[in-house]
Amino acid sequence: MAISRYVLLVFTIAMLASTAISDPILTKVNRHVENPGPLIMSEVLLAFPELQSKNLAYLTASSHETKGKPKGSVVSLPIKAVNLDDRPSAATFYSVLLPKEVAAGESFTLDVLAVFTHALRPVPEQITQADIQLVLYRDSVYYLSPYEVKVQSLSVKLPDSKIESYTKLESTKVHGSEIKYGPYENLPPFSLSPITFHFESNLPFAVAQELVREIEISHWGNVQVTEHYKLIHGGAKSKGEFSRRDFQARPNDRGASAFSFLVAHLPARARSVYYRDLIGNISTSHLRVDSRKSELVIEPRYPMLGGWKTAFTIGYGLPLQDFLYESEENRFLNMTFGSPMIELVIDTLIVKVVLPEGSSGISAAAPFPIKQWQETKISHLDIGGRPVVVLEKTNVVPEHNQYFQVYYKFSGLSMLREPLMLISGFLFVFAACIGYMHADTSISKSSASYLAKQQWEEVQVLIQKVQNVINRCLAMHDNLEASLRDLSRTGDVQACKAARKSADGLLKELSKEMKPLLTSLQAYSSAAQILPKVEELVAKERELQEKVMLKHSTAVEGYERKSGARDIDHRVALLQQKITALKQEVDDLLQFIDDI
Amino acid sequence: MATMPILPNMPALDLIKSFKLKTKQQELLIRVSILCLVYILAFITRLFSVLRYESMIHEFDPYFNYRTTLYLTQNGFYDFWNWFDYESWYPLGRIVGGTLYPGLMVTAALIYRILHFLRFAVHIREVCVLTAPFFASNTTLVAYFFGKEIWDTGAGLVAAILIAICPGYISRSVAGSYDNEGVAIFALLFTFYLFVKAVNTGSLAWSLASAFGYFYMVSAWGGYVFIINLIPLYVLVLLITGRYSMRLYVAYNCMYVLGMLLAMQIRFVGFQHVQSGEHMAAMGVFFLLQVFYFLDWVKHMLSDTKLFQAFLRITVTCAVAVGAIALGLGMLSGYISPWTGRFYSLLDPTYAKDHIPIIASVSEHQPTAWSSFMFDFHILLFLFPAGLYFCFKRLSDATIFIVMYGLTSMYFAGVMVRLILVATPAVCLVSAIAVSATVKNLTVLLRSKNKGVQTGSTKGSSSSKASSKALLDQSQPFQKNGAIALLFGAFYLLSKYATHCTWVTSEAYSSPSIVLAARGAHGSRVIFDDYREAYFWLRQNTPPDAKVMSWWDYGYQITAMGNRTVIVDNNTWNNTHIATVGRAMSSYEDEAIEIMRSLDVDYVLVVFGGVTGYSSDDINKFLWMVRIGGGVFPVIKEPDYLVNGEYRVDKGAAPKMLNCLMYKLCYYRFGEMLTEYGKPPGYDRARGVEIGNKDIKLEHLEEAFTTSNWIVRIYKVKPPNNRW
Repeated sequence: MAISRYVLLVFTIAMLASTAISDPILTKVNRHVENPGPLIMSEVLLAFPELQSKNLAYLTASSHETKGKPKGSVVSLPIKAVNLDDRPSAATFYSVLLPKEVAAGESFTLDVLAVFTHALRPVPEQITQADIQLVLYRDSVYYLSPYEVKVQSLSVKLPDSKIESYTKLESTKVHGSEIKYGPYENLPPFSLSPITFHFESNLPFAVAQELVREIEISHWGNVQVTEHYKLIHGGAKSKGEFSRRDFQARPNDRGASAFSFLVAHLPARARSVYYRDLIGNISTSHLRVDSRKSELVIEPRYPMLGGWKTAFTIGYGLPLQDFLYESEENRFLNMTFGSPMIELVIDTLIVKVVLPEGSSGISAAAPFPIKQWQETKISHLDIGGRPVVVLEKTNVVPEHNQYFQVYYKFSGLSMLREPLMLISGFLFVFAACIGYMHADTSISKSSASYLAKQQWEEVQVLIQKVQNVINRCLAMHDNLEASLRDLSRTGDVQACKAARKSADGLLKELSKEMKPLLTSLQAYSSAAQILPKVEELVAKERELQEKVMLKHSTAVEGYERKSGARDIDHRVALLQQKITALKQEVDDLLQFIDDI
Repeated sequence: MATMPILPNMPALDLIKSFKLKTKQQELLIRVSILCLVYILAFITRLFSVLRYESMIHEFDPYFNYRTTLYLTQNGFYDFWNWFDYESWYPLGRIVGGTLYPGLMVTAALIYRILHFLRFAVHIREVCVLTAPFFASNTTLVAYFFGKEIWDTGAGLVAAILIAICPGYISRSVAGSYDNEGVAIFALLFTFYLFVKAVNTGSLAWSLASAFGYFYMVSAWGGYVFIINLIPLYVLVLLITGRYSMRLYVAYNCMYVLGMLLAMQIRFVGFQHVQSGEHMAAMGVFFLLQVFYFLDWVKHMLSDTKLFQAFLRITVTCAVAVGAIALGLGMLSGYISPWTGRFYSLLDPTYAKDHIPIIASVSEHQPTAWSSFMFDFHILLFLFPAGLYFCFKRLSDATIFIVMYGLTSMYFAGVMVRLILVATPAVCLVSAIAVSATVKNLTVLLRSKNKGVQTGSTKGSSSSKASSKALLDQSQPFQKNGAIALLFGAFYLLSKYATHCTWVTSEAYSSPSIVLAARGAHGSRVIFDDYREAYFWLRQNTPPDAKVMSWWDYGYQITAMGNRTVIVDNNTWNNTHIATVGRAMSSYEDEAIEIMRSLDVDYVLVVFGGVTGYSSDDINKFLWMVRIGGGVFPVIKEPDYLVNGEYRVDKGAAPKMLNCLMYKLCYYRFGEMLTEYGKPPGYDRARGVEIGNKDIKLEHLEEAFTTSNWIVRIYKVKPPNNRW
């Protein structure tokens, strides 16, 4: 690389902060770059020693174009890893592309934020419940740089002012939990001078060895997120007794490095939240919901002492419209990548986005490099399975909680697939039932009982027909009655007569229909005990019919003679009584035959 | 114009008329809808446990069943059948396939497969949790058909309703109670129903079906022995009362022969079915039936009665002699095994107490108290004799069966608490007959009177009317009012029964016993989830091959939830092994460590209720450890632990008690603890005393984990000290 051959005067402030989050180490580097050389500079190289580079989880660089501008105008700059052949192999290089070229003599300020995980080593590695957890951090007092450094200073912020030991150099100042080194001037490139800090830290060393987030999209309005955690306390391992008595009586003193709860910041409007593990629900959790966010405080089943492990699952549903954007058939999901627990370092994070069955044209985009592939998952009522986009990333820190997108095509009609399947399933069951009821499953077609049963069925069909005919007759009687009523209202004798004529004809036809039915009924032996009843019914009906006809003709006659209504009523009354009695009997008989 | 409204109405009226159901169809509709409602009711009343707690497996044995079902679904049937479980009974292991009744697991796995085939991606746990309620629902259907078979459809319906909510059955079939009994009661009742149907019809098909029902029962539960003894007894009674028929011959022979062959396919039963004493009654009755049939045939062939009498005498003597000799020889040569202890303890309630402490130590094997009869049966308890009266009044093959089933199972229910379960279907059926017959008689009375009033003016033509008239004439004054009052009384009783059942189900029988719930100071619900806390800690934070020693009650739970090897578990097949653990628990620490080292124990788990007042902890179970340990190892003498014949933990306790391993592990560092306001430190809330030994030092063990409410305490066995 040509640039670094020219002398660059670099003014650097390195700030190391071991912040509230225990395990990750945040390094903020504030660099002031000046280009003294004759060439125009367009990129800056960042170097990390091997010790740090394997722990590097997150790296970002942003620029202030000039000093006077407010902090709001921070622009993050593209970074890419570069391989330099002529450089020491013990260092890893990243190159930052500057927003605009820096000409000779110009200066430029660059903010670099790097997050390291697993950089704190507990020393001693094993402690008892009563011991204090001490951790060791190693770094270089000089910022590793491929350029010459004009001025550099370093300040280290530790979580607590209880510091066991630290490397003392000539220009070291300690303010409480902050240690300052420098400033140092005119350092050659790649200068290194190791420093170590040994300090107390009781912050939760919660490390998720594996986190699988499953995001399932249902176009019926829900995004279901299920997160499977495998958690370990990454600090000094606990040895010897764990005394519950001490832990309960003096929690700050005995088991101070243990953590017993974690906070998950769920998106707003999260619903049906659950927290469970392999053997069931875990009852120690609290959910606080307000309009802007939902906060879930979860306690593992037991306090997490150093080296102890646990595993659990949390799940929640989110409203689809908050996360899914669609235009016609093209849709994309926009969700945060990392865990909702901001105190967590994740060794391996696997995000699975389960798309609805029938999605196509699937692609995923994330703001950082990521391993991705696709698989299928078979869930409720699936035929071919649902496409799953799997994204995998190692060494994830809360800074990775950025939005990622999954693009896919899905037709709204496919939503109807599952209801239709259910409907057709039930339809099939009912059809099968109907088929079964109508199928003849008897194996001996010639046995006596089978034949008797068959005969009885035929008899039943015949009786059904008889009943039908009788019912039609009865309906005809009702018609006649209705025509009489019309007569009394309108006085249209002709119409009434016509009604009787047609009824008469129909009734005759019906009685003709009845005859073959009765004869065929007589042929069955099994109909023997029902036959007299049927015949009685037919006879009664015939009688009723005659009476109704008689009543009708009498009434019409009376009307023709212009006799008074009372007179007609008087004449009909006797008939009417008989008709009522007969009707009752016919009804009783019908009921009786029904019940057989 | 006034005709207008009439005309359009006419077709509508016709339509309604054509839709009008016949009486029979109405009855069918009502019956089917009642059955559907009962089916649903039986299912949802068992979901109280899921509502109150969660969808989880309950108690002890269900955890083993769940674990094996999981194995079955993951590894397939053959692996399951040949499974050698290293995780239990260390170092002996357990041949799981040959020592369990696989019916339950296979059923659940089958349901799981079917659901997955239909693309319902349910978890196997949900299937297991809901298996028992599902089968309880099916049992109501069987009860309906059974009631219909022995009495009428009305009795069937009442039986279905009674059994759907009967606490005696619910206690073993709530959601999560994934135990053999859950499916076995269904299988039991189904087998009985099919057998009664076979006896009633003499049909080979029904008999075959009952043989398969029996096979399912054998595969599901050890209680099948009840079937294979009750049915021969029933046949014997029918023979004695002169009710022998060809129908009976066909039904019993087919059922016995096929049922036996099928039952022998279950490895846990195998040749026991023809060799053990419990099954001999069935075989004896089988041969007796052949002799009976043979005699019947000879009698038919011989016309001379005198000759037949002589022949009868010779044959009966020979048959009895041959039978007795065969039995004697079999017993002597050991081919026929004698009755097992469990069977003896059923016939003689005091037997277990004297001879087998391990059976007597289980709370559900205790003789039943009256209160628990009342609790589990409520009004059925006095409807039962009424039902027996109705059965005797209308004696038939079927009613004889239900009477015998009812009486024998009631006896067994009196001997052992858990056998109330077996008696429940019979009690429900007999009571249903009482309810149905009473209500029917009363309503007939009411209806006939009403009809008489209504149709008083019209001439009665049908026969039913004539009979109602006759009834009306015979009726006494105030009969109608009396009938109404009685009906209201019956309604009141039945509604009381329903409320009682619901209350019992929700309050008493829905607790998973893994999660304990208590009322807090402000009336809020406090949950003690210590068991799972401890098991999950074991699962996550101990080496995968760690061996855990605990009393046998927790064995299944540790293997299922903790996934660690245990020394003994709830399958109490090896008394000596359990006695070894009992001995270790009741010895001094330095003696116990030798036993624990010899068993490769890494962790010791004890259950302690002193902080919470949880009474079924290991100190209260300690007398059984001493007794069982002492039963095998005479070194342990019970009097050493007793003061004036009782176990004490306070200052007045026996010195051996105060220094034995169990005491030390339970009360380690408990002496510093203030449990209750106003009481001295080290006050044991479960026993209400201040402990006697507050300065406990452990030499070979160290506290590894104690749950938040101290209910479960786990100790680690320290490695031996280095020798210099």
